[in-house]
Amino acid sequence: MHRFKSTKWLITLTVVAALVVLGAANVFAAPKQKNIILATTTSTQDSGLLDKLIPLFEKQTGYFVKTISVGSGAAMKMGEKGEADVLLVHSPDAEKKLVDEGYGVNRRLVMHNDFIIVGPAADPAKIKGVKSSAEALKMIANANALFISRGDNSGTHAKEKTLWAKTGITPAKQKWYQETGAGMGHTLNVAAEKKGYTLTDRGTYLAIRKNLAALEILNEGDAALLNIYHVIEVNPVKWPKVNVAGSKAFADFMVSNNTQAIIKTFGVDKYGSPLFFPDAGKKVEDLGK
Amino acid sequence: MELIIQGIIKAFELLISFDPEVMSITWLSLKISGTATFISLFFGVSIGTAVALTNFPGKRLVISIINTGMGLPPVVVGLFVTILIWRNGPLGFLEILYTPYAMIVAQAIIATPIVMGISLASIQNLPPNLRLQILSLGASRMQMVWVLIKESKLPLLAAVMAGFGGVISEVGASIMVGGNIKGYSRVLTTATVMETGKGNFDIAIALGIILLILAFLVNLLLTHVQQRQHLR
Repeated sequence: MHRFKSTKWLITLTVVAALVVLGAANVFAAPKQKNIILATTTSTQDSGLLDKLIPLFEKQTGYFVKTISVGSGAAMKMGEKGEADVLLVHSPDAEKKLVDEGYGVNRRLVMHNDFIIVGPAADPAKIKGVKSSAEALKMIANANALFISRGDNSGTHAKEKTLWAKTGITPAKQKWYQETGAGMGHTLNVAAEKKGYTLTDRGTYLAIRKNLAALEILNEGDAALLNIYHVIEVNPVKWPKVNVAGSKAFADFMVSNNTQAIIKTFGVDKYGSPLFFPDAGKKVEDLGK
Repeated sequence: MELIIQGIIKAFELLISFDPEVMSITWLSLKISGTATFISLFFGVSIGTAVALTNFPGKRLVISIINTGMGLPPVVVGLFVTILIWRNGPLGFLEILYTPYAMIVAQAIIATPIVMGISLASIQNLPPNLRLQILSLGASRMQMVWVLIKESKLPLLAAVMAGFGGVISEVGASIMVGGNIKGYSRVLTTATVMETGKGNFDIAIALGIILLILAFLVNLLLTHVQQRQHLR
């Protein structure tokens, strides 16, 4: 009797496992040519903007978008290796290089917001009220106040390095300078926990501010702090497997009037101010004026 | 502490309300890790048994490699699988990067050595005379192997639990080869990492608790099967 029962159990278990496998095979059958790989920054995902835009795009066009959110540096590396179809990134110097080298085409301005320097309310380096962001960083360095860096080659990290270059200070390996090697959300959490300063895009900061009681905006408004997002199509000439039509469709969607209108109001209901400013068709030089 | 309580409350809210997104993420985790464990069971038990029952030069070396594989770091597996299945990589024609299939492959690679190592040890642990006994009763070689596997059911089910536990809780490889795509390849572990990154600690804790409940239920079922055998 026991033997019979045990065999029955074994059969049941096998059948359940087999059903799971079969069910899995069915559900995973996503349409093939319809896939687009979008490599983008953590800020577009963590702010929730893509969660709003992508379903709309998918509904309009029937494409299936695989959003891979990594740092801008990694996103562009994926484009360079033909492992993504379209990029939405914010690291202008690196972007220009990518396009110049022929890996990306049709680079178009999508939107901007700005970077801000946040830090503990006590503000040990006394940077509050200082106009220039480079000056603020200099004061943080001079005060030996803890600064948390992304350290991940992202657009934010690239911007931070440009700002440090302006100050003439090499922060790497300094005791007060720590790198997380993680996304913006994680880095903000670390800064809040350790009461350090960090450079962040305003969108991510606003989106997760409710958990960051320890951090305040201490430096903002410097023209050097503009955070500009472009959409770039990966060059199909270099990589034949790139989904050309899908990539173009997504880029067109990002700069379309309808999408730009959504970007303009995104976040207003939740945070009281928009997280991004739509810029399609504008020139970079005119931003922030 | 308050945060953990909030997380627990959130977990129950999400569970009781059958939140569709959480339900689909949970179901996907179960499907992917279940399938991967199933695959690892096939390769793990067959190769493990074969190695245990045959004698060949270098056997100890092979066993050492299998035992090392039991501690295979998931991120390293994720990295290698990613490079292999990149669309311009050697297996790119499969077009499975950033799909649940890729996650199954990576997780099966992680679980297989675990299952293999435990089945190898459990078969080796049977009294050596048993084999001779079975053969002398007129059993064929295949019948003998089958009896041996049945004899070590108890540790083999432990192998299933260890393999499943290893992959359902794994995040490094899943996020790399799956991409954490919403509604498609987002599982409990990758969603937990993402929500933590967003600073939504209550949801992150809730997802963690759901993961624990899921692992507990699966192990409860397996333990039930295992201990039934034992009572015989």
